[in-house]
Parts: sequence; structure tokens; C-alpha cells
Amino acid sequence: MKSEILEVPERPEIAKNIVCPVCGASCDDIQVKLSGDGIVVRNACKMGNAKFQEIVSGHRIRQPLIRENGAVRPAQWEEAIERAAEILASASRPLLFMGSETSCEAMEVGLHLGELLGGVVDSNATVCHGPTTMGIQESGRVGATAGQSKSRSDLVVYWGSNPLESMPRHMSRYAIYPRGYWTRRGRFDRTVITVDPRRSITAENSDLHIQLLPNSDHELLMALLTLLHGKRPHPSVERTTGVPISQMEEMLDMMKSCKFGSIYVGLGIASSYGKHRNAEAALNLVKELNGHTKFVIGALRGHCNVAGFNQIASYLYGFPFGLDFSRGYPRYNPGEYTSVDLLRDRDVDAALILSADPVSHFPATCSEYMAEIPVVCIDISPCPTTMLSDVVLPGVIDAMECDGTFYRLDDVPIYFQPFTKSPFSFTESNADTMEQIFKRVKAIKSAPQYASSQRHRSGC
Amino acid sequence: MAATTNTMIIRNGYVFDPLNGIDGDVTDIFIKEGTIVSDLSGAYERDAIVIDAAGKTVMPGGVDSHSHVAGAKVNAGRLMRPEDHYKSARIKTDITHSGSGYTVPSVYKQGYDYAAMGYTTVFEAAMPPLEARHTHEEMRSTPILDMGAYMVMGNNWFIMRYLKEGDLEKAAAYVAWMMRAHKAYGIKCVNPAGVENWGWAKNVHGLDEPNIHFEITPREIIRGLAEVNEMLGLPMSLHLHANNLGHPGNWELARDSLMITSGLDAKNRSDLEWAQTRESARRKQTVYLAHAQFNAYGGSSWRDFCSGAPDLAKYINQVDDVVIDSGSVPFGPATTMTGDGPAQHDLYMLTGQKWSNCDVEMECGSGVLSLVYMKSSPVHSVQWAIGLEVMLLVDDPWKTIMTTDHPNGGIFTSYPQLITWLMSKKARDDTAKECHKWAYDKSSLGGVDREMSLYEIAVVTRANPARTIGMAYRKGHLGLGADGDVTVYDINPEKLDLNDTPALRAKLARPDYTIKDGGVVARKGEILAVPEGRRFYCRPYVDEGLEKEMHADLKEWFKYYTVGYANYPVPDKYLTNPVAIPVNSPQETIALVRR
Ligand code: SF4
Ligand SMILES: [Zn+2]
Repeated sequence: MKSEILEVPERPEIAKNIVCPVCGASCDDIQVKLSGDGIVVRNACKMGNAKFQEIVSGHRIRQPLIRENGAVRPAQWEEAIERAAEILASASRPLLFMGSETSCEAMEVGLHLGELLGGVVDSNATVCHGPTTMGIQESGRVGATAGQSKSRSDLVVYWGSNPLESMPRHMSRYAIYPRGYWTRRGRFDRTVITVDPRRSITAENSDLHIQLLPNSDHELLMALLTLLHGKRPHPSVERTTGVPISQMEEMLDMMKSCKFGSIYVGLGIASSYGKHRNAEAALNLVKELNGHTKFVIGALRGHCNVAGFNQIASYLYGFPFGLDFSRGYPRYNPGEYTSVDLLRDRDVDAALILSADPVSHFPATCSEYMAEIPVVCIDISPCPTTMLSDVVLPGVIDAMECDGTFYRLDDVPIYFQPFTKSPFSFTESNADTMEQIFKRVKAIKSAPQYASSQRHRSGC
Repeated sequence: MAATTNTMIIRNGYVFDPLNGIDGDVTDIFIKEGTIVSDLSGAYERDAIVIDAAGKTVMPGGVDSHSHVAGAKVNAGRLMRPEDHYKSARIKTDITHSGSGYTVPSVYKQGYDYAAMGYTTVFEAAMPPLEARHTHEEMRSTPILDMGAYMVMGNNWFIMRYLKEGDLEKAAAYVAWMMRAHKAYGIKCVNPAGVENWGWAKNVHGLDEPNIHFEITPREIIRGLAEVNEMLGLPMSLHLHANNLGHPGNWELARDSLMITSGLDAKNRSDLEWAQTRESARRKQTVYLAHAQFNAYGGSSWRDFCSGAPDLAKYINQVDDVVIDSGSVPFGPATTMTGDGPAQHDLYMLTGQKWSNCDVEMECGSGVLSLVYMKSSPVHSVQWAIGLEVMLLVDDPWKTIMTTDHPNGGIFTSYPQLITWLMSKKARDDTAKECHKWAYDKSSLGGVDREMSLYEIAVVTRANPARTIGMAYRKGHLGLGADGDVTVYDINPEKLDLNDTPALRAKLARPDYTIKDGGVVARKGEILAVPEGRRFYCRPYVDEGLEKEMHADLKEWFKYYTVGYANYPVPDKYLTNPVAIPVNSPQETIALVRR
């Protein structure tokens, strides 16, 4: 296993124990050799490797950009920071969107900025595992860190998730293949069930595939709970879910007779009909299963630090995403203070986007509205969001060019250290950039001439 | 503007400073640049801020030695309880952040709320090593307070293995390294042997019941960790969360657990300069029992449930090597959270409430549950009574510490309420009348006449928590060299009216001044300054050769973790103003060299 990391003699040109900044697995065993010929990466999966290649990519945004009268021009750093700060300071309700491919340290400044401005601070969870989080708010969550499952789990259920594509090393590092303390034969000591309407590659590699009809997760979960309580679900559930009750029984028997079961839910649960109610039902099933055997559940968080925003927003202000500060204290009401709803309802008048591309991932009406309002964005390479932004600030790549913290899929915080430096003289990290914006905004807001400059600006 | 900073004279207050034997004497307190001095002269005297405390009560800043305020499980509570946060919001000011949360407040709010109540030092009582970064992140963001965290060790694989092999030295070397790596202050032992069994949905129920696979008993772990604690000479003794928590009839097991460490010598080998005190500021205990209320149950089921506190207190009264904190229940909303995963599952089975759990690989676990303690509930009413009995039936206040095990028994902002119950029999009787009759029928509380004095309150909320955890070298008293942390309450001890408990409670909740390091941080509940606190942790040393041997084992077993060895420790950047306490410094390590 990874014990060689400790034993391999130091070869300084190869950086070891690097953390991959791509998906929620936060693999911390990446080895990197960066030289004039490019970058050689070991241990990372295809997705991870592609990201590491970006560090030498020609697409990299290397200079601040400002849009003026419809045309984009290169700008000096100070000018761009000033413009970004002006946009935010003059907005009455800005949206600060903290993307997940950056550190908690950067997100923390974003939260402070939102509080200062009376804006809204949100993150990717709003369009991915937000419903799962809301399910937790209904039910609680019985979970474990990844290593607990690695060492003990003899039954793994992938429900609405396809790790072989979305988190390629989940199976090999944490869940299925590793030889844990009580799972010395790796895959041979584990049974794998996949619940998915599609015959995904994960399903193909499973011992049992429950191919339910799309959007029937809630019904299937409730039927399993009914069976667990010793009752028979209504026969119509077979029609609704497309799964015979006998197969449900088979699945439940496997679950009840294992020693340590782990369920990993994906967006198949959070995004299909029922949303947070699906998550709630899955969480309740796991709670009840603990009366029979040991069972835990976790979400396969797609982006590297999407869990981090939920954690820091919760401890700094008390809510996991979609925080509205317009009244001077945090408020939370998903569907009202969440990004998609605010943009669709034209309820914000400026936006700062950090390390994310909402224009590609949000509904078209949201993107259209974003084109109308001033937008500041921080990113490493061009994307639809940078295209419509009024100020583009070059991003620094976390875990490669600066240090910081990510929260892994199981909410374990990982401290990452860089193997090279920020390529820019004007900023060390996205956290640094955010800090610079924060300072400027604060200066503008506390300047005595602030009120008059406000008037001036609206006059133009 | 004064040329000197954090310099202050608090004049003519009634001072309660138990570690210096001061019991309500009217004297002046002098603070020079944040530290207590005997006098001020020259420019210092001229520029000092003077607080007129005539007719008021002056105590050292409050010290909470057992609270859950930072880390993964606290945050799991925040995350799963939006209903707890909607109802309790704090608006931002020019100098303070906003926040929300009643039983599990966000960190800024938490820091302000403690300071507003006169507390300046708070220790987080359970930090899982793998998630230590999280605990430190939250502490880093907590304003004002001085803090530290106890590391959860009672079900750690390395510890269980070494103790089973009888290799105390290696266990000590491991603990020393872990404390340095994770910047931990003390050792917490939660449901020893039982939490590991929870990895298989099981528990242990007796001190001599070995757990699965590791084949080690709670008794062996408690004894082993306590010995390691004293071998290293840590400032604090083992903090024990005993087995069978929350089960009727568990008082006997608690008593037997406390007997396990008897005969050990309490050794604090920290390398520090100690502020002056009249009484000894060094701990005497070799075991510090957490939240005694949850472990002082009589009866055999919830039907014949009753208090076991009188029996437990009887033992504690006989010995000198035990300190307890109360984990009292002030009624109202709570969020239970402990490292005791199986206990939280039991509570879930009992209540059906929202329940979160997080097992931590190779180390420990945790559980979180939302709960409301109700006066109409027979069991909750007895719990309320037990939480006061454990304080009042233990004769020597130097063996008790007042807590709610925040937010398990209740929230820390109920401390003023708790104090009034401890000080006034009438207050207890009034509450008992509103409770289910079990409160007095199934406990001895109704027959307890004791009313704690302000001096005793200063013992159980300041002096003793500081002494028990080894912080009395600078906290919990007003001796020369101590930190200038002071609380001034608008309470005139000469005119104390124990019948008007609402007024007393209000004055305790909103002291006139909370002073931290010689600066006013809160005045009548309003936050006036937001200094950054310190983070205390221990750096124990052991013989290098021994540590090397231990590391060989560590490497071999590290493959079962999902984090690499290099990425496991907590770097300094997660701590604001870190204060590393050297323990067992090299000249003393000789005793620990392997022969
Ligand atoms: S699984 Fe995720 S974190 Fe690991 S290397 Fe692949 S992309 Fe990176
Ligand atoms: Zn506790």
C-alpha cells in the first residue's frame, strides 16, 4: 500500500503527498515532477491528471481582464481589484458564489465579504448535494470516515452514483479494492450492490444491480424500510419502481446480514424526483438498519471542496449553504436565498464567482440575467462565465500553487501543500485575491465620500 | 489615549479568589500589560484604566473545562439543526460578526456569548485526532477566548495494541507524538473499549468485558492511559467519560471506574513559570470524571429509574484523587454530542430524534442528537436533580466543577441559572414544584439544605476547573503573574438576596465587566473589544530511541488510514497565538528511557 511513501528515499525533484484538487476523494498520495518539459503525475486518475496538466496549459488566464463598453481589454492588477471592489461595494445585494475547486481559506473571505455587504453567499452544493444536506437536516446522518469503511465494510451500496466515472479512485482507495484491516482480500471480501436506472460501468462491476425505474428512489427506499419493519409493501410498488419485491427482499437480506454496510449516494438521489425527501428516506433507512447491524451512509461529493463550504459556513454562521446576510445576520431558506432562485428571480444586482462556471451549469434564464448584471470572476482558464464577466482575475491553482484546506467527501479536513508557487507577482492564492478585494471593499464602504461616489456612479 | 495598554486598576470590589484564599475581602486588583501585579506606579498608575467595583463582586475570569464548542461533531450538530439557528440570530456590529444558533451556536456567537457571561477560557473536551484540523479551524475562528482541546484516545488502535502488549513506554511515546502532531492539550477517554465495538454496532457493558478483536477491557485502558498520563506528567489528568453512559444503574460502574486510578501519583511535569497562589495550584486528582450526572443513575430500568448520586458522592467524599464535572441539566433544548457513538444510538432508539453519527477510522467515533429536556418528563426531572446533587453532595467544592457538558445537558448560557440553584434552596424548591414529582421523589435533592457561597461558586467555575486541567499556572485566580482575566458582577455580597433569584440570575448572566488580559471585552453583555485568544497545547517529550521504535510500528499500521502519514499532523497555521507547553522536558526523560 502507501507505506512506500514513508520509505522511498527523498528525491527532491519529485514532490510527494500532493493532494489532488479535483473531486471529493481528495487523494493525498499524488506524486508530481514538474520540469521544463512539462509535468509528470503519478497515482492520479485520468480526471486528476488532466487538472494537473492545466498548470502548464496555454489556456491559462495570466492577466486580469476588464470589460469596457462591451469590449474586453487586459488590465493592471490594481485596476482590476479596484473595479471588482467598486462593483461589489455599489451593489445593493450581491451574490458571492464560492466554487468548490478552491480552499476553505478563500471561501471564508467570501463569507466575510457577504456579511460585510449584506449579500448572499452560496456554493456548488446549491446545485449538487444541497438536497442531500437538506435530507440530513430532516433526519441526521449516520456516517463514518472513509477508512472505517475501508477496514470493515463487507457490503457496499452505490445508490444513484457511478464512482468509476465521477470519483474514479473511490473504489480503489476507499471502498472496494483496498485491503483493509478486516477486509484483507480487498474486493473478494466485499459485496457490491448498485442501485441505478442505467447499466453504468459501476453497475456492471457489481454483484447485484437493482435497475429501478428513473425517479422511483423514494418509493424503493420506503419499500425497503417497510420490509425492514417486518411488513409487506403494497404490490403496486413493483410497478412504480420496476423492481420485484422478491429482489427487494434479496437486497435487504444482504444488507441485514452483512457485518458493516456502507451506502454511497450520488446525484441520482439528490437530483431525481423527491430530492431531499429521497435523501431523508435513505438516511432513515440507515438509521433503522443500525438496530440490526452496522450501517453508514455518505455522499460522493463531486467537487474537491464542496463539502468544505458546507462545513465552514455552518461553523462561521450556522447554515450550510445559501446564506443571506441582507438583514445583518445569516438567514437560510433554500429556494429563496439560493443562487439559481435569486438569479431567476432577478433578485441580486451583481455577482462574484470564485472558481466555478455557473453559466454552464445553471438554467439558461440565470445565465441570461448574469449577462445583464456586473460580474466579477476569479478563474484559471476561460469558460462561459469568464466570457460574460466584467472583471476577470487570474486564479491560482489550489494544492498546486498554494497551501490551504479541503474537506474530503467524508468531511475529513485535508491540509494541502503546493509543489510550486503562484505564477503571479500580485497574488499568492485565491484566498489572497479575495482578501485584497475584501480590503478594498471595506475601504470604499468606510470612506466618507462613499455616499457621494454612490450618487455619481448611478448618474453615469 | 493611554501610553500603556491593558493596564487597569479594579478598585474596592469584594474579591473572591479561592486559590489565594480571598473570600470577599474588599481589595484592589492591579493589572499591568495584561498580567496581575501587586501594585502600579508611575506612568502605569497614571494611565491605568480604573474600574470602580465598590459594592460589586470580583472574580477571576470564568474557566470552562468541559464544553463542546469546536470540531466535527459540534458542526454536525449545527448542520443538521437549522431549526436551532432560525430562532437565535445575532446581528453584526462594527466590531463583531453576526451568527446564529441556540444550542449549537456558530463560533463567533459562541465566543461573544461566553465573554458576555464573564468567561474567558474554554476547553473543547473531545477532539478526534484525524479531524483535529477541523477543531483547530473552529477554535482559530473563535473570538476572545483562550482555548485548548483534549484528544480522544480511549479506543485508539495503537493505544489498545500497546496496552494489550503491556508496553506502557511505547504507549506514552505514541501519546506524546500525537499530542505534538495534533496540538492537543490533554487526554480524553470516551467509553473505553466500547466505541471500538461500535464499529460492529456493539458496545461493552462492564469494566472487565474485553472488546472484539483487540481483546482489551475498559479497566485496562483506563489504567493504562492514566499511567501514561502521569508518566508523561501532563498538566491535566485523564478526562474520563465512563462506560454505560446514560443507562439506569450506571453509578456503580462509574464508582468502580474512579477506583481504577487510585494509588497513582498526580505528577504535573510541565515546564512553566507559575503565577503566585496561596493554596497549591497543582492538581491532586489522577482522574477527572466527565459529566457525572450522566453516570450517576440508580435503578435498573427507566421504570424504576432514580438518582445514584448519593452513592457516587459517598465514594468521592472518601478519596482525594478524583474531580468531577457535573454535566447538569437546566431543562430546555439541547443537542447531545459525545464521542460515545453507541450511547447516542441508544438515545436514538429511545427518542427517535434526529441522529448523526461519525465513526473515525482507527481512533474513535461520535454521535449527535437533538433533544429537549422537559420539566414534565419524569426522567428529565430526575436528571435535573442529579445534576445538582453531584455538585451539592460532594462536600469539598475542590472536587467538583460546574458544567452542563454544553450542549449535552443544556447550554452554557444557562450557567447563571445553574448557579442560582446551587446557591439557593428556595430556587431549587421553586423549580421542583414545576417539575414532574420524580425530581424530588427519586432523588435526595429535596432534603439537601446546602447553599453554595459566592466563594464556592468561584471554586467550581474558576479556581477548580483551572487547577484540575493544569491551567492554574495562569488562569482561575488573581495571584501575581496570573493573566489579567477578571469578571466584575453587579452583585453586592452583603446584600445578596437569595429569594430574588431572577435578579441574581440576570446579574450573573450580564456582568458589569468581562476583562481579558487587562482589557474590557464585554460590558453588561455588550461586546466592546474582540482580541484574539490563545491556543494551549502540550509538547511532551520522550526518549528519542523509544520514539523511533514507536514510529516503526506507526508506519506499519498507517496503511489502514486513508490519509498519508505526511499529511496527518496539524500544522501551526491552524492555531492563533499558540502556546506550547513543554512537558517532560529532556532532563526528566531519563526515567522514561527503555531499559
Ligand atoms: S479520484 Fe478524484 S481526487 Fe483522486 S486523483 Fe481522481 S480526480 Fe483526483
Ligand atoms: Zn462532553
